[in-house]
Amino acid sequence: MAAAALNRAAMMAVTLLGVAVFVFVLLRVAPGDPVAMMIGPGASPQDIAALRTRYGLDGSIMLQFGLWLRAILGGELGTSISFHRPVASLIGERLPATLELALSALCLALLLGAMLAVVGTLSRRGGEAAVDGVSGLLLAVPDFVWSLALVLLLGVALPVLPLSGRIDPSLGTDFRTPFYLGESLVTGHWRAARDVGAHLLMPATALALPLAAIIARVLKGALQEAMVQDYVLVARVKGMSELRLVTREAMRNAIGPTLALTGVQFTFLLGGTVIVERIFSYPGLGNMAIEAVINRDLPLIQGLVLVFGLLFILTNLLIDTVIAGLNPKLRHG
Amino acid sequence: MISVPRRQTLALGASAVIAGLIGGRIPVRAATPGTLTIAFNVTLPSFDPTTGTSAVNPTIQAIYRSVFDQFVGQKGDLSFEPGLLTAWGWNADRTKVTMDVRRNVVWHDGSPLSPEDVVWSLTRAADPKSGNPIQFIWSKIGNYKIEDHRITADVVSFDPTLFKWMAFLTGYVLPKAYYQKVGADGFEKKPIGTGPFMVDAYEGNAYLRLVANPHYWGGKPAFETVVFKFVTDATSRVAEIESGSSDVTLEIPYEEYDRLKHKPGLSGIATPVSDIGMIFISNTSPAMLDPNVRLAAIHAIDKAAIVHRLLRGYGVPLATLEAPEYEAYDPAITVSYDPAKAVALLKASGYSPAHPVSFTLQTTRGFKPKDYEMIQAIVGMWRRVGIHADIEVYEIAKHYELRAAHKLAPMAFYNWGNAIGDPTTSTGFAMFGPSPHSAWKSADLDAKIGPLWGEHDEAKRIAGWKAVDRVIAEQGLVIPLLQYVQPVLFKTSVAVAPNVSGALQPTLVTKTQA
Repeated sequence: MAAAALNRAAMMAVTLLGVAVFVFVLLRVAPGDPVAMMIGPGASPQDIAALRTRYGLDGSIMLQFGLWLRAILGGELGTSISFHRPVASLIGERLPATLELALSALCLALLLGAMLAVVGTLSRRGGEAAVDGVSGLLLAVPDFVWSLALVLLLGVALPVLPLSGRIDPSLGTDFRTPFYLGESLVTGHWRAARDVGAHLLMPATALALPLAAIIARVLKGALQEAMVQDYVLVARVKGMSELRLVTREAMRNAIGPTLALTGVQFTFLLGGTVIVERIFSYPGLGNMAIEAVINRDLPLIQGLVLVFGLLFILTNLLIDTVIAGLNPKLRHG
Repeated sequence: MISVPRRQTLALGASAVIAGLIGGRIPVRAATPGTLTIAFNVTLPSFDPTTGTSAVNPTIQAIYRSVFDQFVGQKGDLSFEPGLLTAWGWNADRTKVTMDVRRNVVWHDGSPLSPEDVVWSLTRAADPKSGNPIQFIWSKIGNYKIEDHRITADVVSFDPTLFKWMAFLTGYVLPKAYYQKVGADGFEKKPIGTGPFMVDAYEGNAYLRLVANPHYWGGKPAFETVVFKFVTDATSRVAEIESGSSDVTLEIPYEEYDRLKHKPGLSGIATPVSDIGMIFISNTSPAMLDPNVRLAAIHAIDKAAIVHRLLRGYGVPLATLEAPEYEAYDPAITVSYDPAKAVALLKASGYSPAHPVSFTLQTTRGFKPKDYEMIQAIVGMWRRVGIHADIEVYEIAKHYELRAAHKLAPMAFYNWGNAIGDPTTSTGFAMFGPSPHSAWKSADLDAKIGPLWGEHDEAKRIAGWKAVDRVIAEQGLVIPLLQYVQPVLFKTSVAVAPNVSGALQPTLVTKTQA
């Protein structure tokens, strides 16, 4: 057990190192020099060299990488060129916003996906086709298009939801933690919770819809398979209603593969936050990542990619653990 | 005891949420009285207006000018006015400068502004270690002396644009004592200035909330609170103004501007701003060394058609790198749209539509309004006269890198700002060989431009730049295309004064009776 955990930790470290090397080299060979973007019109070669030194871009790639790696091992991710602040603290401020968004989207997707799957399983041919059609539509339209559609529908035509940001500026940000939704719910600040929730609803829905379609399809298939198993037939003979059969009996066996797939898809959902956060001006990691790329803020991009990599690894680890917990065969080896 | 089944509870909860949504119970806050909400097109990464990439972003100056004051002020027509300096100038032989510091000005923390703050700000800006990208200007003076509220300094190297830069990028007065006390990090967390608004709340990539400075030397602002929402997506900015969530927005597609400007409750202004679209010509390419090719390329472009058909009329065709609001603008310099002349020029060099001259033309796509479409149209116009251009799309970051390394393609589209309106900042830095931003680097042109940098006689200096512009136009060393027009859309409850610099400052917005 301990050996397996150590092996897993070593694999994580190697993966992260690979990500670090890859992103560092890629950023150095990709076009776009951050110093070239900020030099003044009359800057002399000496001025440009001074800026390059100031931002630690004057050494060789190997030297720069060595310094960066040493800083990472010391718990630092460098200083952002555009924000003039430590990358670690910037990420620490924005990560909770992205996590709240992604988790809200995941909950919505699970809820909607499960509802569609149950309805599809219970329906006859026509109803099932309708559910398939809906899930096909949800899947076919990418999250950023859903974002724009929601903006037009719920933000402009029927202006019931706020269009941008994470909280109404007039409410302020008197939070003790960067988890606005979680904190306001825990502390009972319902006005803040309602406002944060309202700001979350559209971006979370845009992210959730395609994932809900995937969940619906996989779960419906698994439910339909389970519904013809002997134990379900026995329950049916005992007089259990179809709804209870699906949600109580079949769901237990069908949920395993769905969770595994949801875990994998959640990493894609995290990636999707980049563009969705941009559209809704949501102050999370994704929005900051785009700014960092535009400004060629190399330390910030490196830090963000590393954190996204870590999130992906941890998500997969969590899903593996959950699946192992649900499936005794995997748990015992 | 009343028992409610779980299913019924869930149904009631879902119904409440839906009813709340439909009934607008989850609040969408329209602008509150006394608050001005601006859906802004860029984010504010840093509060220090003197270092980093945001320091050289002309749009962000709208925010910096709200919190801080510049040494010298600037009006909406680009003319200058007293800022924290009430008077400024050179001595007769241009070896000294004098600057009078405004009295009775206080920082947002209540401490008084002193001439030491001004000297410290200038000295810090001139220090190469500060990372100030305009350090090359601030280092032109030094050895400051303070006598009461008058500062004198020695001129290290005469630059006629020194005081103009004091109204533009990085030309801000920062609080010496406060900055030294809290440090750079502390300043980022709680910045103070002497400007019309004080920072109240800030959430990166989301919003900045400012409150009026009751002690502002220029009078209390019209709005008690100003909120800058950072809405970088143009479609989302349109939604912000159309839904009523914001009072003002800018830089939206011209199609949307035309659709919304006459909508009840909305109004708009479209102002030609100090930002021009141009095509750099690089003399590293053999094809570009042929003046016939360059001039043919210029004469084959129908700029008026581009403005009319692609930009819906929102643009001003240009013949030089000087816009009409700039000091060295010379309406006598014209470049005709003459495809027949282009054909003749190319024929003289052995080219024709059947045997075209070929080269690469770089452009951004979506960085400026219709940039790629403009280039496509130009390539189409060129094809008809005997020029074949391969379009290469690049990111703006790559443009900067290639330009600094003098490795741009033979032709490269770019936009060039010049909010101080001086010819050094338009023609000068774009065309002078030693500038890291020029693409055409030639000894002939440098010999003409060089003496103008230190010309003491202002009238002679401006006339000199006009002459340089004429030479550039006659030899076809760059392709000026058009001056951009900035659309600003706003509720009829406010009025927005045009600003040629393009900075949408809250002080330019006033309340109306509507």
